Amino acid sequence: MMGLTAQSSGIHAFLEELNQSSVKADAIIALAGNPNTGKSTVFNGLTGLNQHTGNWPGKTVILARGNYQHRNKNITLVDLPGTYSLLANSADEQVARDFICFGNPDATVVVADATCIERNLNLVLQVMEVTTKTILCVNLIDEAKRKNIAIDCSGLEKILGIPVIPAVARDKVGLTELKDAIHKVAIEKKPICPHPLIYNESIENAINQLQNDVETLLQGKFNSRWAAMRLLDGDATMITEMLHHLKKDQRQEPLAIRRGEAHCYE
Amino acid sequence: MNNGEIDFNQIMSKAQILRNQLGAVRDQVVKDIYQQAQEIAGKVVRGQNLKRDLDQKIDNVVTSKIFGFPLMIALLGLVFWLTISGANVPSEMIANVLFGFQDKLTELFRWAGAPAWLHGVLVLGMYRGLAWVVSVMLPPMAIFFPLFTFLEDLGYLPRVAFNLDKFFKKAGAHGKQVLTMCMGFGCNAAGIIACRIIESPRERMIAILTNNFVPCNGRFPTLIAMAAVFMGAFVSGYNSFAASGLVAVVVVLGVLITLSVSWLLSKTLLKGIPSTFTLELPPYRIPKVGSLLIRSVLDRTLFVLMRAVVVAAPAGAITWILANIHIGDLSIIGYLAGWLQGFGQLLGLDGFIILAFLLGLPANEIVVPILMMCYMSQGAMLELDSIDALRRLLINNGWTWLTALNMILFSLLHFPCATTLLTIRKETQSVKWTLLAALIPTGVAVLVCFLIAQIARALGLV
Repeated sequence: MMGLTAQSSGIHAFLEELNQSSVKADAIIALAGNPNTGKSTVFNGLTGLNQHTGNWPGKTVILARGNYQHRNKNITLVDLPGTYSLLANSADEQVARDFICFGNPDATVVVADATCIERNLNLVLQVMEVTTKTILCVNLIDEAKRKNIAIDCSGLEKILGIPVIPAVARDKVGLTELKDAIHKVAIEKKPICPHPLIYNESIENAINQLQNDVETLLQGKFNSRWAAMRLLDGDATMITEMLHHLKKDQRQEPLAIRRGEAHCYE
Repeated sequence: MNNGEIDFNQIMSKAQILRNQLGAVRDQVVKDIYQQAQEIAGKVVRGQNLKRDLDQKIDNVVTSKIFGFPLMIALLGLVFWLTISGANVPSEMIANVLFGFQDKLTELFRWAGAPAWLHGVLVLGMYRGLAWVVSVMLPPMAIFFPLFTFLEDLGYLPRVAFNLDKFFKKAGAHGKQVLTMCMGFGCNAAGIIACRIIESPRERMIAILTNNFVPCNGRFPTLIAMAAVFMGAFVSGYNSFAASGLVAVVVVLGVLITLSVSWLLSKTLLKGIPSTFTLELPPYRIPKVGSLLIRSVLDRTLFVLMRAVVVAAPAGAITWILANIHIGDLSIIGYLAGWLQGFGQLLGLDGFIILAFLLGLPANEIVVPILMMCYMSQGAMLELDSIDALRRLLINNGWTWLTALNMILFSLLHFPCATTLLTIRKETQSVKWTLLAALIPTGVAVLVCFLIAQIARALGLV
């Protein structure tokens, strides 16, 4: 059961490579989003030409990373594969999930398409379940406007409980605001309390019955609610992976979800 | 550590019990997430998206039970018809220019006093192979790719996936396999890479093993040329409409065989239950003509053409050498073809055709040029500036309607090209599956051609 080293060595190899990059990063940011939301435009807009691509070790997925400077801090951006969901297991989705979960990014930016925000919110909600340090970038605001769609971003911010930045990445609109938001979350460590997804009663009950045990098992270092959900879903690999990381990372910084942050869910 | 494991096992069994009580957790979770996304969107999105209603109306027709399939096949036929009938004229023009240049080259070699073998290898081998590849492949690709990219950009392909989804489910495969299949129309190697979008390793392997059953653009020119030959020579009243109809039928046959083999695999080597997925139909978008042309011409047409050219040049040279080195009375190619003749006959083909497919392993594009070179080295020299000339050459070499038909089928079904096989090796990390990916199609091709040949002969049709 504990032998899932291929996966963990994959991400560890990648993280090591990340650490050895010539520019020392003050923060590592994951960039997620559905395909065709202009995620790459956001990535290129933020990092300019300071980009590298590399194969995700152990997986046949190409990852790009890039750097930019903002307020004298070096920020490293990791461009995750475009995914519709974190629930399934395609190589792309796994990489996105593993990085958000085990890569300990200082923030995760989800890029959404303003012209079909409803569809994109599925992923946003799922990422918010994994990590509290989520920022939403609503891209293609101009295209939405042309289609007569207006998004109330401050309203969305209130409902979700995470920073929401409207943008037209193609024209570099909103990118400074996005950098500011990333700075607040990743450097200033401004706490975020996303509003959690609520499932139907029977699932919520089942989660409650599992969550305490899971929390003890994972030493409070992972999001126990989310881990309990995966167990209910029958996905034991995530938990074994988490235990694996606990052992491996004993000397390192606590991972994605700290105990304090996990309390947001209660 | 042991404590951890015991705890873990306890929690696992507890979760198992809870899961059993709950039933389909995943479905419920997905439903809840979607519902909340919808609620939130309802609160923050202002303005009505009129386009969405229109999309819905179009989808009701395009994916309907009655119109979905006829529309799909009609569109497919239309694309092939535009390709075939549109490519004829430019093909002939390019061929005239290129083969005219061949005569100039020959004069140049003669004037320089170059030895005959050098002229043979470079002009008759390399250059002529290249000229055929360019003149026959370029026009259909220049028409087919923009049309296909148009359907892709328009958002029609996901609708095709939607229509075919239930058939793939029934075959024990994944609905997303349709999308990888569509990529395969461009290039099977690209189709294999596209299989990454399928989550379950089992269904992914099925998609990889069967991707080759849709003709890539390396094989389209062969299919199109053979369909034209078949219709022109052996069926009265040739027109491009009938030929494109035949190509459409062949493609549909490829899909049917994909389904059958997928079904067989999911019952034998790759047993399992198909997994569910949510297919989202993206909004229709009117493609931007400029970027469509640039992408399909640069990314696809020129890329594929370059690959064909790079492979065709050495293959043309090697084939010429093999065809012109004689041992006794017979060339090396003659020996090899003679050796394969019996096997070819069984399949309704001949030794040269089998040899051309074997020599064409580097790229499917060069199978027909190699075949022509083989035939022409046998003495029947012809100016090949049109499909008509090709037809005469083939008939002179003993072709019947059965040869043309089985050539089409063998081309559709046979082993993938070397690039595709290397890609499969890379993606599956397994020599065993790569071998299977070569053996399964070849087996199907041999079986189908054998049966057709035997039945046709038994009925006295040939």
